[in-house]
Amino acid sequence: MSRLFRRLDIVWPLTRFATWADAVVLIAIAVLIFIGAELANEAPKVISGPRISLAPAALPFYAVLSVSRMAAAYLLSILFTLGYGYIAAKNRRAERVMMPLLDVLQSVPILSFLPVVLLGLSAVTSENVAAEIASIVLIFTSQVWNMTFGWYQSLTTVPKELQEANAIFRFNGWFRLKTLELPFAAISLIWNSMMSWAGGWFFLMAAEIFTVGDRDFRLPGLGSYLQTAANEGNFRAILWGVGMLVLVIIALDQLVWRPLLVWAERFKVEMVSGDVVPQSWFYDVLRNSALVAWFNKKVLRPAGESLDAWSLRRLPAVAVPAGGNHVSWVSAAILAAAISGLIYGTYRAAGMIAEVSPAEWAAIGVGLAATLARVILALLIALAWTIPLGAALGTNRKLANWLQPVVQITASIPATALFPVLLLFLIGLPNGLNLAAVLLMLMGTQWYLLFNVIAGASAIPQDLKHTSALLGLSKQERWRTLTLPSLFPYITTGAITASGGAWNASIVAEYAKFGGKTVFTVGIGSIIARSTAAGNFPLLLASTLSMILVVVVINRLFWRRLYRLAEDKYRME
Amino acid sequence: MSKEALVKVRGVTQKYATGRKEFIAVRDVNLTVKDGEFVVLLGPSGCGKSTLLRIITGLQKPSEGRVLYRGQPVVGVNPHSTIVFQTFALFPWLTVQQNVEIALKAQEVPHAERTRRALELIDRVGLDGFETAYPRELSGGMRQKVGFARAMAVEPELLCLDEPFSALDVLSAQSLRSDLLELWVSGGIPTKAILMVTHNIEEAVFMSDRIVVMDKDPGRVVADVIVDLPHPRHYKSPKFAKIVDRVYATLAGQTQPEHIEVGTAPGVPGGRTRALPDITIDNLTGVLERLAEMPNDTADIFRLAEELRADSDYLLRLTEAAELLGFATLAQGDITLTPLGETFAEARILTRKEIFATRIRRLPLFQWLLRMLDAADNNQLERDVTLVALQLDFPSYIAKRQLDLIIEWGRYAKILEYDDSSEIIFREAAIPVESKA
Repeated sequence: MSRLFRRLDIVWPLTRFATWADAVVLIAIAVLIFIGAELANEAPKVISGPRISLAPAALPFYAVLSVSRMAAAYLLSILFTLGYGYIAAKNRRAERVMMPLLDVLQSVPILSFLPVVLLGLSAVTSENVAAEIASIVLIFTSQVWNMTFGWYQSLTTVPKELQEANAIFRFNGWFRLKTLELPFAAISLIWNSMMSWAGGWFFLMAAEIFTVGDRDFRLPGLGSYLQTAANEGNFRAILWGVGMLVLVIIALDQLVWRPLLVWAERFKVEMVSGDVVPQSWFYDVLRNSALVAWFNKKVLRPAGESLDAWSLRRLPAVAVPAGGNHVSWVSAAILAAAISGLIYGTYRAAGMIAEVSPAEWAAIGVGLAATLARVILALLIALAWTIPLGAALGTNRKLANWLQPVVQITASIPATALFPVLLLFLIGLPNGLNLAAVLLMLMGTQWYLLFNVIAGASAIPQDLKHTSALLGLSKQERWRTLTLPSLFPYITTGAITASGGAWNASIVAEYAKFGGKTVFTVGIGSIIARSTAAGNFPLLLASTLSMILVVVVINRLFWRRLYRLAEDKYRME
Repeated sequence: MSKEALVKVRGVTQKYATGRKEFIAVRDVNLTVKDGEFVVLLGPSGCGKSTLLRIITGLQKPSEGRVLYRGQPVVGVNPHSTIVFQTFALFPWLTVQQNVEIALKAQEVPHAERTRRALELIDRVGLDGFETAYPRELSGGMRQKVGFARAMAVEPELLCLDEPFSALDVLSAQSLRSDLLELWVSGGIPTKAILMVTHNIEEAVFMSDRIVVMDKDPGRVVADVIVDLPHPRHYKSPKFAKIVDRVYATLAGQTQPEHIEVGTAPGVPGGRTRALPDITIDNLTGVLERLAEMPNDTADIFRLAEELRADSDYLLRLTEAAELLGFATLAQGDITLTPLGETFAEARILTRKEIFATRIRRLPLFQWLLRMLDAADNNQLERDVTLVALQLDFPSYIAKRQLDLIIEWGRYAKILEYDDSSEIIFREAAIPVESKA
C-alpha cells in the first residue's frame, strides 16, 4: 500500500524566471547537436540490423540484455547523481550554475540526442558498440535528473545539529557520507530510483528500435522483439513479449525495490514509530538466510571496517562551513577553454540553423501548436479519470486493496512497449496515428497523476472528513470545499511531471515505422523524428531547440506559478 | 582544584550582513572559563548564547576577536571539546551503542576498546539493556542520555551543553540534571569544565558555579553572578530563591532610556529599530489581568512564572511587551501595573482595543508603517514591499516574524487590515467595501 501513498517531490532550483545559465545550456545543447551532426557525416551509409528471433525461447536472453542496459545506465545515473549533487550542494558558486542547468536539461527531448550520439559514435567505433553506448546514454538521460534533484535536496536539508555533531566529533568526508548524508537521503534515493527505472523502460523500448535512414541500429532486446512482432502482426509473439516484460518488472519490484524499501525504513528521520510499515517476503527470506548472514559477517563488515580505517588514515576531518571557493588556475583555464569552445560552436551552430528555410520554421510553429494541443488533451483526459478514481482509492481502503495490484501492474508496463500493438488496431481508422499519439502520451503519463491523487486523498485529515459529514454537506459541496482543495497540491505535482513526460513522448508518438510503411502526423515530435530519419540536421537542431524553449517557458510561466500557489495556499502540513 | 584558565574569550563579535545594515549577534564578549568550573550562559532567546557556544568550540569563526584554549588560539573544531545538543542530534539509523561508538571510531579508537568504552558509558548513564535499541524507540530523556554518553565517550576536557534539557518533559529533565550533577560533582568523569547554555533561570542556579547573564539587541554579557551554594541544592531554600530573584532582576532590569527603548523607525541612519517582543496578545492580556488581582498590582516575576507555569524566557518577553506599551514597570525583579495597565486589564474588549491602538501608535515602527500606508496608492501596501523594507534592518527570518507581529498587533488594535490571499496591507479606514461576488 505504501508505494501508492507517496507524493513525489518537485524541486524548483531558482525562483527567477530566466538566468544567464539557461542561455549557456541552450547554446551548449546546440553545439552538441552540431558536433554530432558533423561526426554523423563520417558514419557508414548503410548499416544492417540484427535479426530478431520471435521464438519465445529467445525471450529470456533478450530480457537479460535489456535489463543489463538498464542496469548500466542506472549505475551511470547513480555515479552522476552523487557527484553532481554533491558539488552543487557544497559549492555555492557551482550551485548557481549547476542547478538551473539541471532544470533545463530535464526539459530536453531525450530522443533528439539519440541520432547525434549514435551517428557520432558509429563514426569512431563499430556500430554495435555505438548502438549499445547510445542506448545506455539515452536511458541514462531519462533516469538521472530526478535522482540528482532528490539527492541535492536531501543534502541541503540535512538538519543543522546533525551536521554540527559530525563536525564536533571530527568526522572525515567518508564518515560524513556514510553515517549522515547517504542514510539521510536513502529513502528519497530509492523512491527516485524506482521512478527512474519506470522512465527508463519507456525509453529503452525506443532506444532498441532505432533507425536513421538506411542505417538500422536495432539492438536485440525486449523492445526490438515487440517491435518486430508488431511489424509482422504476430499476436502470439506480442503476448509473449508483453508477458515477459511484465514478469521482469514484477520480479524487479519484488526482488529489488520492495526489499530495499523495507530495509530503508531504518533511515526514516521522524523520531516516532508508527505509520504503515512496508512488507516484503523476499526481505524476510534474506534476513533469515544463513548464507546472507555469513556474507555480511565475513565479507561486507570487514570490507567496511577496512574502508573506514583507510579513510581515517587518508582523509582529514571536515569543518562545518563548506570551505573556500577558490578558483585555481586549472579550473580557470578549463573555463576559458569551455567558453571559447562554446563561442566557436555557437557560431557554427548558428550557421547550421541559418540553413533552415522559412517554410520549415513555419512547420515548426504549426508542429509546436499541434503537439501542445495533444499534450493538453492527454492531460485533460488523464485528469478526468484519475481524480475520481484516485480519490476513491485513497479514501476507500477496501477498494484500494482490491484494485492496487491491478493498477500497479498496468502502470508498470511501459507505454512504448504497447505502442506497436496500439498502432496495429488504430492505424486503419481515420486519423488513427493522431489518436494513437494522444493515447501514448496518456498511457505514459496518467500514472504519475493517479499515484499523486491517491497519495493526496489518503492524506485528507479524518477530522475534516467528519466535519463535512457533520455539517451535512452535499456530495458536490464536499468536493468543492474539501476534496478538490486538499488534492490541489498533489494534482499539480502530478500534472507537472505528466506534462513533461507527454512532451518527451511526442517524438515516439507522432512518427512510426509500421509494417514497412512510415506513418506520421503533424507535430513537433514528428518533425524531430522525421528530420532524424532523413538526416536533416539543421532542421533537427532548430526543432529541438524550439521544443526546449517552449517547454521551459511553459514550466516557468505556468507550472511553477501553479506549484507555488499550491504550496502556499493548499498545503496541509 | 587548580584555577588555570581553560577557555579565554577575548573581544568576540559576530556580525551578519543584512541588507545595508549589519545584524550583530554578539558584541565584544569577554569570558573566562576556569579549570573545574561549571559555567552557565543565560539569556533570552536571540541573545547569541548558542552562537557564542559554537564560537568557543570552534564550529564557527567569529567576525572579530579570538578564543584561546589553554593559552592557544582555537583553529577549527577544538578537539578537547564536545557538545550535547538540544535536539540530541543522534543518528536515527544507528542503535544506541552504534551512536556512541561512531564518535570513538572517528577518533581511531580500536574496535575492542571502543566497544568496551561504549558499553561502560551506556551502563553509567543507566541505559544498559537498550544497547541495540534505535533512538526512535526511546523516550526523550533516554535519547538525551545517549547524547550524554556519546559526548562523554570522547572524554572531552570541555563539555558544552546547548539547552540539553529544554526539549524534555519536566520530570525527565530534573532527573537528568541530577544525574549529570552527580557525575560532575563526584569527579566520575574526566571533564575539566562544563559550559551550559540555557534560558531557564532555575536550572542555571540549580547546576552552576557561575552564571554569565546575557541580553539581546545586541547580544552581550550584562552580568556575572556567582552561585556559591553547596550541592545538592534545593529549589525551595531561601538562599536559592534569593539568587533566582537576583538573576530575574538583572534580566528584567535592562531598561534603557526612552529613545532607545522604543527605538527608531526602520531606515533611520544610525538608528536602531526596536523589534516587537514575540508574544501573543491573549497571553499579554492574561498576565495583565492576573497582575490586577495581585495586592498593589505587583508581583515577583519569578513567582509569577511559577504560578503561570510559564517558561521564564517567554514570561520575560511578556513583561518586556507590557513595559514597551506602558502597561507595567519593572524594578528589582518585580513587575507593577501602571494606572494605564490597570485600566486596560479591567476594560471591556473594545476599550482595550482603543487603548492598545493609542499605545502602539507611539512606537516608531508603527508610525513608520502608517506613514508609508498614507503615502501609498489607495493606502495599501504589498506585504513583500514592507518585508523588503524591514529586511534592511533585520535578518530575513526575523523580518518575516516581525511583519507577522506587526500585522497581528495592528489587526487587534484595528488600525491595520490584511488580506492574506492578495498579501496586501490596508489601513483600517481604507478597506474597500467588497461586493458579493
